[in-house]
Amino acid sequence: MFLIILRRLGQSVFVLFLVAFISFMIFRYVGNPVDNLLGQEATVEQRDALIEALGLNDPLHEQYLDFVTRAVQFDFGNSYRGALPVADMILERLPATLELAIVSALFAMILGTLLGIYTAIRRNGLLANFIMSSSLIGVSLPTFLIGVLLIWLFAVELGWLPSFGRGETVQLGFWSTSLLTVSGLKSLVLPAITLGLYQMTLIMRLVRAEMLEVLRQDFIRFARARGLSERVVYFSHALKNTLVPVITVAGLQLGSIVAFAIITETVFQWPGVGLMFINAVFFVDIPVMSAYLLLVGTLFVVINLIVDLLYLAIDPRIRDGQLRRKVDD
Amino acid sequence: MKSLTTRLVVGMVIGLFVSSMAFAETIRWARAGDSLTMDPHAQNEGPTHALAHQIYDSLLQRDMSGAIIPSLATEWVALPDNPNVWRLKLRKGVTYHDGAAFDSEDVVFSLNRAMADGSDMKELLSSVKEVRAVDSHTVDIETNGPNPLLVNNLTNMFMMDKDWAEANNVMTPHNVAKGETNFATMNTNGTGAFKLVSRTIDEKTVLTANLNYWGKSIYPNQVTEIIYTPIQSAATRVAALLSGEVDIIQDVPVQDLGRVNSTAGLKVNTAAQNRVIFFGVDNANGPTADLRVRQAMNIAINREAIKKVVMRDQSDPTGVIMPPFVNGWTPQLNSYPAPDIAAAKALMADAGYANGFEITLNCPNDRYINDEAICQAAVGMMGQIGIKVTLDAKPKAQHFPFIKGGDSDFYMLGWGVPTFDSHYIYNFLVHTKTGDRGSWNPTGYSDPAVDAMIVSLESETDLAVRNATIAKIWAAIQAQQMYLPIHNQVLNWGMKDKIDFAVQPEDQPHFQFLTFK
Repeated sequence: MFLIILRRLGQSVFVLFLVAFISFMIFRYVGNPVDNLLGQEATVEQRDALIEALGLNDPLHEQYLDFVTRAVQFDFGNSYRGALPVADMILERLPATLELAIVSALFAMILGTLLGIYTAIRRNGLLANFIMSSSLIGVSLPTFLIGVLLIWLFAVELGWLPSFGRGETVQLGFWSTSLLTVSGLKSLVLPAITLGLYQMTLIMRLVRAEMLEVLRQDFIRFARARGLSERVVYFSHALKNTLVPVITVAGLQLGSIVAFAIITETVFQWPGVGLMFINAVFFVDIPVMSAYLLLVGTLFVVINLIVDLLYLAIDPRIRDGQLRRKVDD
Repeated sequence: MKSLTTRLVVGMVIGLFVSSMAFAETIRWARAGDSLTMDPHAQNEGPTHALAHQIYDSLLQRDMSGAIIPSLATEWVALPDNPNVWRLKLRKGVTYHDGAAFDSEDVVFSLNRAMADGSDMKELLSSVKEVRAVDSHTVDIETNGPNPLLVNNLTNMFMMDKDWAEANNVMTPHNVAKGETNFATMNTNGTGAFKLVSRTIDEKTVLTANLNYWGKSIYPNQVTEIIYTPIQSAATRVAALLSGEVDIIQDVPVQDLGRVNSTAGLKVNTAAQNRVIFFGVDNANGPTADLRVRQAMNIAINREAIKKVVMRDQSDPTGVIMPPFVNGWTPQLNSYPAPDIAAAKALMADAGYANGFEITLNCPNDRYINDEAICQAAVGMMGQIGIKVTLDAKPKAQHFPFIKGGDSDFYMLGWGVPTFDSHYIYNFLVHTKTGDRGSWNPTGYSDPAVDAMIVSLESETDLAVRNATIAKIWAAIQAQQMYLPIHNQVLNWGMKDKIDFAVQPEDQPHFQFLTFK
């Protein structure tokens, strides 16, 4: 068990170095921050001096080494746009993104699982068919369009919910939360639905397919034959056996929820790290971009690790298999 | 007895509360970008200045029509016996938000701070030799040689309290390029109409009216609180206005103007912006080095069609790369030719390009209003006279470094003129590209006679002679068809119709001017 974790950690570190390197390759094509930094009145000499001072003329591998050396000490430098330390900027904005991501993920998982079970049990029901066909919309519409549609309906036409921002926040130590105020909760509804809709429909379809598969199996027939109630059969026996693939997908989707938050945060002016990243791209704010990509990379790696460990906990077959292979090695 | 007193006190408190409520007018203001810093000298950038103008004052100011008016200075003259010195009389009885008095010591300090290392404003004061306090409310600014335009450069030059700067160790601006910040990045102490209450970067900034503001009896000052929120996505910004969550937005996208205007309780105010959009062409190499080709391209552009189809009537076609507020502008220069394909084809044939040629048009896609769409329209128009244009549209962060490198034969550029004088255009766009001038002239155009005239403008104090030189330079570059002008941009501010607020040509709302109907 310990060895497995150790091996996975080693792989994770390698992946992160790779992420940092690839993002550095990309930055060369994003553009040049110097004109944004200096304004239109700068002379040619000032431009050259700044390019030199920022180290943009240094060879790529030197810039990369410099970045990695500082990053392992949690020093991500200062933003080109506004000069604030990048680490502080990320810490300040991370709560907003994480709260949005977690609420969206909960929304997607709970509603997705419930609807998946329902549509599996009532396979030919009118409502189930309606849910299935309308879920195609969630899968096929792009996030920004869903966001704009929701804003148009609930903010502009009905006036029920705010169209932008995070509402009032409460400071709990370093963590600013919008979960404790009415305006904060109202502000969360539309972005969370926008962000979670795709995942919700995905999980729903997955649960339904798995459920239909499981319900055909012999042990369900035997359970019924034993006279167990439908509720126990569905929720206790059938659901448990659909969970492994669902956890894999849901776990990986949590990472992409944080990554996809870029679009949702831009549409709803949600003050999180995604919005910060978009601003950084427009400004060619290299320190912010590299720190963000590293953060998202770390997040994916950590989630993958947790998902792997959850497998071990849920499915004894995998656990035994891993151990046996270790012995064979 | 006791209960009576209590009741009286409660009554008075309620009365006070109600009466103050009656005057409380909050403005919720949104635009695309946030201010970059609260330090007034660290960034020379539009949204940063727009917020700073609410909190800090400059010596002179541009009002809502763009005209220069007195602010912390009440009078300014170049000394008759020494044209190198501007003498400014300062306003008396002005205090900072912390109660300290404003005097000439602060002016000397602030201007020196704006010229210090790390300041982004120092280019505007590069001609200044020394700033001296004559007495407590008189200041002399001495320049290296006469500078008739110096006062134009003072409208975004904000005044700080020297003692406050000393106490908080912000004697120099924080150097953004070096990644520095200081106390003034997030804290303010100005003389302006509003005080900073709270600020979360990129999220929300709250300002409250300064009750001791010197301009209380000069300006309407009806706004008691400003809540400023950057909203980046244009669709969301418009939605926030339509749903009543904000009261005024800048940068209404042209496709939404009709929607806002037709909504009950909302309106759009428009004004010509201080920004001209044009195409640059290689004047030195390739087919466009031939004057006849440039002239043919100029008359092939259908500016009316671009205005109508691409800009939905929200532009001001022009024949010169100069917005109409700028000193040197004339209706004759502004007039533009009607598109004439036959004449253009004849010019092309004369130049030996009857069969046309191929060229790449470099265009930004996130900088100007409908920039890429304008370029697409131009591709079709050039096609009519046989020029096969390949469009290469890129984000501004890639577009500007590329064209400044001089590798583009045909590109789009926009230019604002903060000094409101032709010299600013000449210095950057017309002068031969050298170490400190012509940084935005990658066209290869170079005329030593024009260069000499441009330099002479900087010290010419006889306004009649100076304006004559300006006219001569315009004539020279128009005759060479150095650039292909398209139009001046139009600014749109959407707001509740109970608000009376003119659109400022620099896109700077000064909220002390705002009134409610």
